[in-house]
Amino acid sequence: MSERVVYLDHAATTYVKPEVLEEMLPYFSEKFGNPSSIYSLGRETKKAVEEARDRVAAALGAESREIFFTGSGTEADNWAIKGAAYANRKKGNHIITTAIEHHAVLHTCQYLESEGFEVTYLPVDENGLVSPQQVADAIRPDTVLVSIMFANNEIGTIQPIAEIGKITREKGVIFHTDAVQAVGNVHINVKNMNIDMLSLSAHKFYGPKGVGALYIRKGIKVTNFLHGGAQERGRRASTENIAGIVGLGKAIELATANIDAYNKKLIELRDRTIDEVMKRIPYVRLNGDRYKRLPGNVNFSFEFIEGESLLLMLDMKGIAASSGSACTSGSLDPSHVLLAIGLPHEIAHGSLRITFGEENTQEDVDYLLEVLPDIVGRLREMSPLYEKVKRGEKNV
Amino acid sequence: MARKKVMVGMSGGVDSSVAAALLLEQGYDVIGVTMQIWPDMSEEERRNEGGCCSLSAVDDARRVANKLGIPYYVLNFKDVFQKTVIDYFTREYLKGRTPNPCIACNRHVKFGAMLDKAASMGIDYIATGHYARIEYNPDLGRYMLRKSVTERKDQTYALYNLTQAQLARTLMPIGHYTKERVREIAKELGLPVASKPDSQEICFVEDNDYGRFITENADREILPGDFVDTEGNVLGRHKGIVHYTIGQRKGLGIALGKPMFVIDIDVEKNRVILGDETEVYDDALIADDLNFISIETLEKPIRVKAKIRYSSKEADATVFPETDGRARVVFDVPQRAITPGQSVVFYDDDIVVGGGVIQQSLKSGKALRKE
Repeated sequence: MSERVVYLDHAATTYVKPEVLEEMLPYFSEKFGNPSSIYSLGRETKKAVEEARDRVAAALGAESREIFFTGSGTEADNWAIKGAAYANRKKGNHIITTAIEHHAVLHTCQYLESEGFEVTYLPVDENGLVSPQQVADAIRPDTVLVSIMFANNEIGTIQPIAEIGKITREKGVIFHTDAVQAVGNVHINVKNMNIDMLSLSAHKFYGPKGVGALYIRKGIKVTNFLHGGAQERGRRASTENIAGIVGLGKAIELATANIDAYNKKLIELRDRTIDEVMKRIPYVRLNGDRYKRLPGNVNFSFEFIEGESLLLMLDMKGIAASSGSACTSGSLDPSHVLLAIGLPHEIAHGSLRITFGEENTQEDVDYLLEVLPDIVGRLREMSPLYEKVKRGEKNV
Repeated sequence: MARKKVMVGMSGGVDSSVAAALLLEQGYDVIGVTMQIWPDMSEEERRNEGGCCSLSAVDDARRVANKLGIPYYVLNFKDVFQKTVIDYFTREYLKGRTPNPCIACNRHVKFGAMLDKAASMGIDYIATGHYARIEYNPDLGRYMLRKSVTERKDQTYALYNLTQAQLARTLMPIGHYTKERVREIAKELGLPVASKPDSQEICFVEDNDYGRFITENADREILPGDFVDTEGNVLGRHKGIVHYTIGQRKGLGIALGKPMFVIDIDVEKNRVILGDETEVYDDALIADDLNFISIETLEKPIRVKAKIRYSSKEADATVFPETDGRARVVFDVPQRAITPGQSVVFYDDDIVVGGGVIQQSLKSGKALRKE
């Protein structure tokens, strides 16, 4: 196995930044009080939670009381969608989402279908974009919720969230966005963008795992998801994950403060990778929009090979990448996102997602460019179809 | 010199776990993989699942790999398994034959797709936890497949299809050890699977009700039909030919006053032919889809010990070459329930000579031989 390890899977998860860890550490040991307690130890942790809430609110352009901490981005998605659907059932039972959502949204919507809700899954164009017009056309009098992801976790496509928000606000329909991949990568202002609910997860922007948050605009009716104590102003029972919440607060503050410099650096790595790979390797396709994509996201399909073998061989060379969503790699099926943008089954199988992050350098790109063409070439040597193409017996 | 790389197919069971451990000990660069081969399951099925390549097998195999400190991957072979094993299994039953899916899986999935995958990744060998031995015979210039040290556990019957090219790149380390010794090694290594029971039966048919499985997976309706005797007299109604195999006595659902056995299946007329015990015995068969290991081709009649199903005893027989790549196998004494679709495998002592798929049984091979 390889000595060198190059981590190129930041969309799966990121490490915790040292500054973030440093702020978290006291809350594991000396500052351990339960924030619901009245004595000073409890008041101390309560204060920490509220400061973190202020930081999240500031990062999103929201008010602090509109931020609720959760155990994960998935929990935030589940809460937002089920909560809004059930709370507004008297108005109607129609939900609009897209075909390329993360499973945390898709499977939640499928569950609601089994509960009698009707869900419209908007198709996307070949780059993975939904148009605001599609959303406008799909809204009906009984539509209670529109849930559209801010940026796609596999192909990085960034949706026209502000335009969609304008429409949903005009039509009086609740608008939720899964911004798990977007926070720290895209400028977000929930007020200007007319977002009613937004999910985020700390471990995607150099915070800890096991903590997320849901922004719920003041006045939006959402039923509770976890019942119990009066934490989070009675909206989400559970003793607070203080260290996690503190880490999330610090991480989101750092991520939004550095966003422009961070983006610039990632875009340089991304664009060079795209340009060079497309130049050096034939029969490759870039999935997702060339420009309206997350700064660190690259997603290729290599014809005639399986993504699975490619990932294994990259792993043997110390390169950590993925074929799509980390959460679905257990299922080994071609990605629903790639199928939704119109890729045939066999090409959807040969995909590679590279997501750059803070610690990556141009040397990492050099290494990838050194290793990747050989691996793709080697795998293609084994493909009878590629042989035919090379001999000119088959057109692509 | 760089260490040779080997990809070990791991099921989470004792045998493949020990195989991985032994190869590591022998100095190979070992990569563990589990082939995910089952079709997508419902949540209900997920809860009940078991068997050699199931999700719990993945958990077990991963635990073993972690214990051994080797890289471990789950590889997707669902499509190839569906096409070459499950579809084949269904198709054969619909033709009134009784297939052996393990042989198909070895041929097309383990020593087909998995071997190709390993090769494409620059891995020198694949290895499995089969009870069999692969040895190179320099005098013959051929790789030989030999029975495992413990004959009781021997699995060569299901491996007769291996070609020289496949054998050259396959390792079966545990064939050299007894099952007891393998379990001991597992214990010594502290492998967490040391007391797991052996896996059995057809892995993708959970309840072992093949008739039900075929009925659900067939592209056409399975129709009931008549049980008849050899004269064509109707004896009763059957549930559909896919529910029966040659030699079957139980589960016929009719009472005829004497023990009756399935002796033939007539697909065209959708009939199941019953007869008495003597009629279940034949003394010859025609096999095709032949593969030979210890010899290049069958040029002249050879004397062998032949085995007509996984669980049957070997019997003395002569194999005659026929036209169109077929062979005729004539047994010294009649054999019970020679079943089309099953494989006949030829042995010379503990060496696998080769084998083929049974096309039909013959009533009087000796008469035919005189032709």
